[in-house]
Amino acid sequence: MELAHAAKKQHQPPKSGLFRKDGIKLLLMALPFAAVAFAFSYVPLFGWIYAFFDYKPGIPLSQTPFIGLENFRLMFDDPRMGPVLINTLALSLLSIATAPIPVLFAVMVSEVRSGWFKRLVQTTSTLPHYISWVIVYSLAFSMFSTEGAINAILYKLGISDMPVNVLGNYDRVWTVQTLLLLWKSVGWSAIIYLAAIVSIDSEQYDAAKVDGAGRLRIIWHITIPNIMPTFIVLLLLSISNLLSAGFEQYLVFTNAIVADRIEVLDLYVYRLGLITGDYSYSTAVGIFKSVISIVLLFSVNFLSKKFRGQGIV
Amino acid sequence: MSNPASAPPVRRRRATDWKDVAFNACNYFFLTVLIIVTIYPFYYILIYSISDPIEAQKGVYLWPAGFSLEAYKTTIGLPGIRDAAIVSLGRTVIGTVITVFCCSFFAYLITKHEMPFRSTIYRFVLVTMYFNAGFIPWYLTMKAYGLQNSFMLYLLPSALVGFNVILIKTFIEQLPASLEESAKIDGAGYVRIFTSIVFPLSMPIIATIAVFAAVGQWNTWFDNYFLVSDPKLQTLQLVLYNLLNQTSNLSNLTSEQLTRGDLVRTMTPQSIRMTITMIVTLPIVLVYPLLQRYFVKGIMLGAVKG
Repeated sequence: MELAHAAKKQHQPPKSGLFRKDGIKLLLMALPFAAVAFAFSYVPLFGWIYAFFDYKPGIPLSQTPFIGLENFRLMFDDPRMGPVLINTLALSLLSIATAPIPVLFAVMVSEVRSGWFKRLVQTTSTLPHYISWVIVYSLAFSMFSTEGAINAILYKLGISDMPVNVLGNYDRVWTVQTLLLLWKSVGWSAIIYLAAIVSIDSEQYDAAKVDGAGRLRIIWHITIPNIMPTFIVLLLLSISNLLSAGFEQYLVFTNAIVADRIEVLDLYVYRLGLITGDYSYSTAVGIFKSVISIVLLFSVNFLSKKFRGQGIV
Repeated sequence: MSNPASAPPVRRRRATDWKDVAFNACNYFFLTVLIIVTIYPFYYILIYSISDPIEAQKGVYLWPAGFSLEAYKTTIGLPGIRDAAIVSLGRTVIGTVITVFCCSFFAYLITKHEMPFRSTIYRFVLVTMYFNAGFIPWYLTMKAYGLQNSFMLYLLPSALVGFNVILIKTFIEQLPASLEESAKIDGAGYVRIFTSIVFPLSMPIIATIAVFAAVGQWNTWFDNYFLVSDPKLQTLQLVLYNLLNQTSNLSNLTSEQLTRGDLVRTMTPQSIRMTITMIVTLPIVLVYPLLQRYFVKGIMLGAVKG
């Protein structure tokens, strides 16, 4: 009886439970969660109206003049906007350019035959992913500052007697930041490729071995093509995040020397808003970023559907 | 006659062997370099923090210079450190419990087809993954809610995470429906079924999400940085950040104490900095190898779903 009842219920889920007691009960329990989502994700969107007013902190919005799209027009006259966009794009593109390195790393790890060494490499290489940028900053500071470990070692070995300030180098700041990001993310990014490699059909490898292919040939003709689809999806996703160069990283690593070349869009929005106090213009720049990001996301999704037959979102 | 026929394969195999050895040597070499590059900064901080602070100033490379836990004693004794540790620990534990409860209970409710507007509510929550109002709107909204200088700021905004809801919902949907049905016939309500059947059965995915949430909470500091100025609510991460930037009362106090001479003979700012870094890093370093498999599971599920 019970089984039959259960089976029947499974086959015919009630279409509309609006007037049933259970349905109402469920709805009442779910609504508080929807309210939390509304309060913390949707309500802030109403803040976008600040971009259309000449808002000054302290004066209520009802008493501030409506200026329409003036703030968006101002963006084109803003001399700081150009350099900030260049910084953002440069740092994003540099990190996209390093995207093949986790692939290479995953291939190298997958070629390791000793189990314990493989686990050691995987465990150590993912550690930096779990720590905050503040700790990365502290570690980098201990390594690279003028009295840090690297300078001391170089001095001791007689390679250099002039301490190099790596974190305060105006010309090399993009390279340094890209390498720091790579250090933090390479092991973690490789996990997904390693999983893709593990799932490759072993018959392909056996066939190649029978044909007498060497390891490099096998990697080039079997491993790499098999993880290419994963690589392309992640690449497309990173293109849609072009304007979201990591806020926290550049916030902690900024200093008087490199500030000019490290100020990315998110950092600029923060400086305009909280430090200069120009809430309206800052919000407008934020909206500009959001809109472009959404357009990019839909574009890569469209391209992906067209050329791969499936979207990425 | 048979010699010319059998010779080439042998030569070829030898060539492959040689190439194989070279390949392995290169591979192991590069990976070993990578391990060292990853681990050395952590190791350096560790040996510096347990070195004798004065000896350490002359240089620490591979081994601690002398041995002393003085830096740890001084650091733990600094005003504010204990409070910050309690705040960090508190937000990690309470925040994780809240996130796990909200995401899992909501995901369970969403699997109930008899709920009216089920898919509308589900989509309403999921869409939040794809947009973000921006910095100033976020800042003003949190202020308007009165979350400035409030511990709730660390807990409430991260209570419901769309991504977690997807993961748990997918997991619950593949549990056998018969268990739930029989409990229902026995008269158990939704809450009861959730707490005594669905939640315990979902432990594998709950653990994954708890780990994600806990590491996230331990590492988050920007909410503290932008909206909480009350020193009683400072997190360890922010204490470290301020110390590195020499902007906190703590670092002023430290250098004051140091120049005044109470500690000057035994302690250095570098040692204190290394020690705080170690204290903030240690929980992660100790815990993450054990939890690595949950993380990997999470990222793989995310890859399949997302």
